[in-house]
Amino acid sequence: MAEKVLMKGNEAIAEAAILAGCRHYFGYPITPQTEIAAYLAKRMPKIGGCFLQAESEIAAINMVYGVASAGKRVMTSSSSPGISLKGEGLSYLAGSDLPALVVNVQRGGPGLGGIQPSQSDYFQATRGGGHGDYRMIVLAPASAQEMADLTIKGFDLADNYRVTCMLLADGTMGQMMEPVELPAPVEPSVGKPWAVTGTEGKRRHNIINSLSLVPEELEQLNFARFERYAEIERKEPMWESFMAEDADIVVVAFGIAARVSKNAVVAARESGIKAGLIRPITLWPFPKQPLAEAAQKAKHFISVELSMGQMIEDVQLAIRCSRPVTLCNRVGGMIPTPEQVLESIRSANRR
Amino acid sequence: MTVFEKPKSLTDAPFHYCPGCTHGIIHRLVAEAIDGLGIEGVTVGVAPVGCAVMAYNYFACDMVEAAHGRAPAVATGLKRAMPDRIVFTYQGDGDLASIGMAETVHSATRNENITVIFVNNAIYGMTGGQMAPTSLPGQVTQTSPYGRDVKTVGYPIRVCEMLSQLDGPAYIERVAVNNVKNVRNAGKAIRKAFENQINGRGFSLVEVVSSCPTNWGMTPQNALRWVEENMIPYYPLGVFKDRTAEEVK
Repeated sequence: MAEKVLMKGNEAIAEAAILAGCRHYFGYPITPQTEIAAYLAKRMPKIGGCFLQAESEIAAINMVYGVASAGKRVMTSSSSPGISLKGEGLSYLAGSDLPALVVNVQRGGPGLGGIQPSQSDYFQATRGGGHGDYRMIVLAPASAQEMADLTIKGFDLADNYRVTCMLLADGTMGQMMEPVELPAPVEPSVGKPWAVTGTEGKRRHNIINSLSLVPEELEQLNFARFERYAEIERKEPMWESFMAEDADIVVVAFGIAARVSKNAVVAARESGIKAGLIRPITLWPFPKQPLAEAAQKAKHFISVELSMGQMIEDVQLAIRCSRPVTLCNRVGGMIPTPEQVLESIRSANRR
Repeated sequence: MTVFEKPKSLTDAPFHYCPGCTHGIIHRLVAEAIDGLGIEGVTVGVAPVGCAVMAYNYFACDMVEAAHGRAPAVATGLKRAMPDRIVFTYQGDGDLASIGMAETVHSATRNENITVIFVNNAIYGMTGGQMAPTSLPGQVTQTSPYGRDVKTVGYPIRVCEMLSQLDGPAYIERVAVNNVKNVRNAGKAIRKAFENQINGRGFSLVEVVSSCPTNWGMTPQNALRWVEENMIPYYPLGVFKDRTAEEVK
């Protein structure tokens, strides 16, 4: 077994990116994701990689577009307001079918908001953020270990499906220090014959492009892309189920909210309430199946979020509104306590 | 003996440009430079948003279509990923000097080892003739129907003069394609901008003062005359910065 290292979540992402074979990182300073850039600024030059502080979030995501076009693994990271600026680039990456990893260490919003943890970019991550019909695979780590593991997984998924993968963390996950068992280095194995590496006079020119002025052709491109998305929805949902098999009350939460909720579920069980937790690890594709199965037995669902209620809509859709779903939340950088979640569970159980 | 032929670095796709537009000449000069240096197989071009948006169909090398104004950032990514490849951008005035000004200035100040071909025709052509950052004072466009009023919308930006104030860039030159002599000079400047990259000299930008007969509402001949009489006096031709004579560290 590999040695465990005490790391901040943000540092775990940065080191895992290197282990995943990523040698290009572009970013712009913003709290609370700063450690990722600081870590890579130190590490990249030592391993022949490229760390570049871009003039803006917009420039950074377009530098990502350039490296991805060349067929190499590439990452950028930011926090909520910066991700809004990257929205244009995310749409272009999707339109050109380019793989990349984008990290959002969320903070409270809207606008400049605050610098404390939040999950209020759920809609932005799972519904778009940029224009047009597209999806990103959205991964939601709930520990420093998962920050590392899902970073590597994210690069693989992005390459396999030619999509952008977003690691949707939050300020707590980024700043929290935990022991991490660093995964073994990965050698990227997916061939990229579409990359613009120079024709060498041996093939017709490759073109990386999202423009298609013929409506029939653009429609077909969208259809083809959504066939890939359908495959992702079939094969890639990930979740953790905790005491949910026989639960009357099912708590649904991701990231830091799931950590808090787990304590509340244990406390509820100790007081005789059959509570359970389903933790989505992929937010898109959303793990609908375990929720639908839980709805066969459960009488009530609770969505615990650091937002005004965004994921709750996916919970309602997953169980087709067959059971009541209530929201247990804090916003603005506040985090629900286990007691608050426990009270929501008790309240649901009294119904 | 062949006197005249199509450059190999251009595909057979017919240009979509308007009659009398000088993009055709500039595409040809870029392709001739690439042919002359024998770099087609190792070159990656970045197309802008604007009239040259479909340049990716015309250049035979590998091509990337960038978001509006972001070509220098995309080129930065390409060059950093493949330092042994030749990377160029081809951008218009709206793309390079308005929405993409930050990317232009910062790629220049980093002395990013790329070649930038900047086509300045003082108007947004693709969208039908709106005022550009380089539209002349008093110039009538769709969005300055009473003429560009510098009191309310400010003055045109002289990109070469501005960038040459930076310590970063290696080579900044302004040329024009309104007559044979100027076209020949433009060809030399564009070739030099590619040579600089091959030699690792860094950021090289060639501004090409160009015409837009369609949106200026002129015949091609009158448009070239307008370049001579109005554009060049405001945008003087010449070398604004050339650090290529210095030793490479």
